This record gives sequence, C-alpha cells and structure tokens, in this order.
Amino acid sequence: MLITAPKFKENAAKALVDKSLQKALGNVERGFVAKRAKAAAALPEFDALRDAARDIKNHTLENLDLYLEAYEEKVTAAGGKVHWASTAEDARDAILDICTAANARTVTKGKSMITEEIGLNDHLEVNGIHPVETDLGEYIIQLRGETPSHIIAPAVHVNKEEIEADFRRVHTHLPKDRQITEPTALLSEARVVLRQEYFNADVGITGANFLIAETGSSIIVTNEGNGDLTQTLPRVHIVVASIEKVVPTLEDVSTILRVLARSATGQDMSVYTTLSTGPRRPEDPDGPDEYHVILLDNGRSSMLGTEFQDMLRCIRCGACMNHCPVYHAVGGHAYGSVYPGPMGAVLTPKLWGIDQSGHLPNASTFCGRCESVCPMHIPLPKMMRHWRERAFEAHQEPAAQRYGLKLWAFMAKRPKLYHLATGIAARVMSLLGGAKGRLSSLPLAGGWTKHRDLPAPETKTFLKQWAEGKR
Amino acid sequence: MSRDAILKTVRASLKGEADVDARREAVKARLSSHQRNLIPARGQLGDAERVALFAEQAEKVGATVTRVDDAGAVPEAVADYLRGRNLPQRVRKGNDPRLGALPFDKTPTLEVNTGPSDGTDLVGLSHAFGGVAETGTLVLASGNDNPTTINFLPETHIVVISAEDIAGDYETVFERVRAAYGEGTMPRCLNMITGPSRSGDIEQTILLGAHGPKDVHVVVVG
Repeated sequence: MLITAPKFKENAAKALVDKSLQKALGNVERGFVAKRAKAAAALPEFDALRDAARDIKNHTLENLDLYLEAYEEKVTAAGGKVHWASTAEDARDAILDICTAANARTVTKGKSMITEEIGLNDHLEVNGIHPVETDLGEYIIQLRGETPSHIIAPAVHVNKEEIEADFRRVHTHLPKDRQITEPTALLSEARVVLRQEYFNADVGITGANFLIAETGSSIIVTNEGNGDLTQTLPRVHIVVASIEKVVPTLEDVSTILRVLARSATGQDMSVYTTLSTGPRRPEDPDGPDEYHVILLDNGRSSMLGTEFQDMLRCIRCGACMNHCPVYHAVGGHAYGSVYPGPMGAVLTPKLWGIDQSGHLPNASTFCGRCESVCPMHIPLPKMMRHWRERAFEAHQEPAAQRYGLKLWAFMAKRPKLYHLATGIAARVMSLLGGAKGRLSSLPLAGGWTKHRDLPAPETKTFLKQWAEGKR
Repeated sequence: MSRDAILKTVRASLKGEADVDARREAVKARLSSHQRNLIPARGQLGDAERVALFAEQAEKVGATVTRVDDAGAVPEAVADYLRGRNLPQRVRKGNDPRLGALPFDKTPTLEVNTGPSDGTDLVGLSHAFGGVAETGTLVLASGNDNPTTINFLPETHIVVISAEDIAGDYETVFERVRAAYGEGTMPRCLNMITGPSRSGDIEQTILLGAHGPKDVHVVVVG
C-alpha cells in the first residue's frame, strides 16, 4: 500500500479549497457527532461499559500469546485453518495461495480496512483475480479508483451527483434514460448489480471486528448485509484479521459490542452482528466449504510493552475522526494513509515508519476530543506526542525548527537571560505594532502573518507587570 | 514460521516466559468461567415487560412486530402480513420442526417451500434461536433447520420467535447457545439481526434495504 503521508501539508492545502469535498465533510460533523451523543446519553451505563471494555482489552493484550493459541486451537477444531502472517506480504501471499488453489477468478469482499492495509486488491488484480467490493461505500470508491477516506464510511467524501456519474459511467448495460438522481435509486441499482457478483464469486473475503478465543469464532459487524452474502455464498471464506482482534469470551464481546455501534454510528446495535465458526458442516445446506483465517501481525506485536500498547485496544469505530477538527477540515485523504484521523496519526508511523509519516503526528490541535470520545479510552494525543518526540530524536524536523527549539531551550534554562530577551522582544514588537497594536508581518512567523495579523504584545512582559503589582 | 515468530515477539514484549504458567492458569480460568461483565439495566425486566421492550426496540430500528397467542395462529399472521404488503402468498423456510409443525393447512393459498434460498425467493421464513430485548435483536442459528441464505437473500424476512426465548441481554442468549450446542461449540453461523438491512454510505443518509432484507417482520408467539 503506497501512502502519501509525507505530503500531508500539500494534501491538506488542496482539501481546504476543494468545494465538493468541503460540502461532503459537513455530513461527518452534522451526522456522526450528534448521533453518538444521543446514543451514549440514552444508556446510563455507557461510560462504565467503556471502562469495562478497556479492561477486557488490557487483560487480553497482557496475555495475547495465550489467547491467540487458544483461538487457533478452536478454529482448527471447528475445521477451519489459521494462517499466521508476520508481514503484509506474507498475508497477501497466503490469500493468493488459497485463491489459486480454489481456481478463483472473482473474489467478493466485505468491508475490511486490513485488506486496505496490506494492499490486497492490487495484488489480486496483478495475479489475474478480480476483486469486487460489496459494501456500498467501498464499491463506490472502487469504481472511482480511490481509497477509503474514513474507516467506517469509506465514501464520505463523495456527493450523490458524483455517485450518479460513476454509476452511469460503469453500469453501461443499464438503460441510459433511467432515473438515478435519488439516493434510494442509487442504492437499488448497486443492490441489483452486486447481487449477481455474490453468486459469481469463488472466494469471499471479509475482515473481522473480533475473534473469540473461547469458541474460535470470527465476528463481522455490518449494516448492509453484504458481508454476510460475501461469506455465505462462495465456496471459500477467507477472514483477514490482525492479532489484536482477539477477545476471550462471548461475554467479553457482548460488552464491547455495546460501545462499538454507539460510538461509531450512534446505533444501539449494528443491523448484522455475525459469528462464524468454521466451514459448512455435514448437515448444513449452505455456507462455505472452506474457512480460512489470516492472522496478521504487521508490526503490532512490537507495540506491546511500549508506549503504543494502548493503541492495540482500538476497535475501529471511527469516533476519533468523527470528532476531530482537523479531520472535519481536510477529510481523510489528506492524511495520505490507510488510516486517517487521530487513530491513523498514531498507527501510520508504526505500520509504515516514522520517516514515511511526515506531519501526521502534528496533524492535531491537541484539543483532546478524540480521547474523550474513544470507547476504549485510548490516549491518542499522548501517543501523538510520543511520535513527535521520536521524530525529533530522528532529526526529522527542518534545521531551522530544530535550532529554534534548541535556542529556546538554552534560553529557557537561564531565567535572567530569558526575561531580558523577552522584555526586549516585547518592547520592540509593541513599538512596531504602533497605534493599531497589530503586526502584519514578522520574521520567522510568516506562517501566521500570511493569513492574519499578529496582535502586538504590551510593552512589558506579563511577569514584569505582575511584579509591578498590576493584578 | 510466522506463527513462531509472532508468538515469540509477543512473549518477549510481555516480559518473556517468566510468569507464563501463572498467566496460562488465569487465561484458562477466564475462558471457562464465562464471567459476565457489567450488564445494562435496560433489559433486566419481568417476562411481560421484557417482551414488550423487545418489540419496542425492534420497531425503533424499523422492524415490524405481531404478537400471537400460540403457534397455531402463525400461518394466518404470515398470510395477513403478506396480504398487507401486497406480496405473493409464497414463503421459503428451512426444516425447523417448529415451523414444520405449523398448521399451514389453515392457509391453503399460502405456498410454503422448504430448503435453502437460491436468491429467487421474495419472502423468507425463519425461526429464531432467541431474541434480546435490550436492542430488539433476533438471534438465528445456521443449519438445516434455518439456512443462513434465508436470512439474507429474500427482500422480506419473517421471523418467528417464542416469547420465552426473548432474553434481556446478549449474555443470556449466549449461555443458551452453550447449553444447546455444548461448551465452546457454536453453530457454523450465528446471526444477530437488529432491524432491516440499511446503508448510510450515500451522503450519510440512512436508507433501508441495502443488500439484505428491506423488511423484517417478527411474529412473537406466546
């Protein structure tokens, strides 16, 4: 998966002037935030459930090796097969091998961020296998040759007029004079077109919201029903999941389910929560003949025991980006990663390297809303600061910024010198500000003064005025 | 190879093998104890109120609910629903003995086909394993009795559920799954269904009837 995170600044600048995108982004702020607040308020135990959910994940992570072993044992007992994959490449290879053994030509896919992370679709296509995304949002962006701009609403950046144009461009077998201006008509058309694909497909690939160690089950949580058709109709079902998705028991998953949908879409429960355990059994009239689980690490095991361990609690609800002022302003694509928003800013440096993640840990106002709404209490701002520290240690900031900070640190450690310098600066800036009291340009602060004036300071520093008894 | 490498890294990050025996015991206990975490008060009600809450929550998410006194009244309730929706009198069901025992001879115009769906059926008829009052959720177990295809392919899904199978919370239904299928064993597929299929992918406006059923009708028996 190619990421363009190093270009965050350019991407963001373009996003800010993209009128169509800005219109679409309004839907995030208007929709998700109010719906989550309403759902949370309607359940008195919501906050206590968040605490319980956090504790479950913490316990699981502290025993991750043992829960993974227990999970694998149960999958095998149910007739399924677990394929362990250290890297994205291992996972792609394992999936391709299964598809090749099944003589697969068409693969249907349920919505899965992890298959985006490993760049699965491109890999299948270069190997002659046609992947069809079946989640409506994923289908739309596949037609557009784009990547998801949101982890649960992949086409949130697209307006309905654009979807109509895409459908007319691709669905050329349908009558030209059909009416598809209304969202309901677009949905019906996608339903009919994709229905046939489920039957054509040889292999169905889904992600997993959870893996249950107690039973060897994988769980998908969806609203459309596409994931269920994807995993029920083809001969082979492949589940792609990362190692931190495991939870101990059915009771534990019950608790986390209560915070997942409420945090994500503001539903009490998503429409379909499906627990799958192994392939079709002798008495079963339907379901896949083969059931495979790709268990992907891709750097996660090395987050355990570090300041990033808490990130492994993430259940991918999207609440952090739904409540992020930076996401609201620039949308998901500007982040240039598979995972946008605050959770993406933490995860991207780990998965693709800090050198590939550019300004992502700085793409934050540090307002803390992400952490306050996170159902798993993940300290996202704190972890972004950890990445800033690492980037600084790795000498990634421009020289001017590094020397500037060093100079500041030198001065800050010498109070007398600091007060002298700030006193002089305050007087000079106040003089330059004149009667207007504002500065329209200032060396080293072009980023600020290009867009608005800087208020000039008082003639004396705050500390000086304090000392003089002005309280 | 990957398996050993991953587990090795996980163990190393978890401070090595030092306390692995103690951890193993703790994990084993956790997996077999089925300890419940906090359960919301919402669904913890007496029998009548619990069934009423189930119906209320199911309707809130766009399902329709009818209540009948006994199983003998189900065929008529199904036929009435189809008539009211201007749908043909034809349903597809699995081999569930509870559905097989229904007196369909009372509704001679209602055609009942048995077996999994191939996608041509307009209406599916299932019997639920259980229900959850907390969120109006139906729980269906796969198998010959109630094939999974019937839950997803037809545009209309009619689900029969016994009032006594409606629990307050998910945990109680899962405990009944354990009792029915055995400790740590699951049906191939357990579908928890909360209302009709929907999508919010076009401009974040919720529309019903994405890839699964556009209508879910629940017949509560008892």
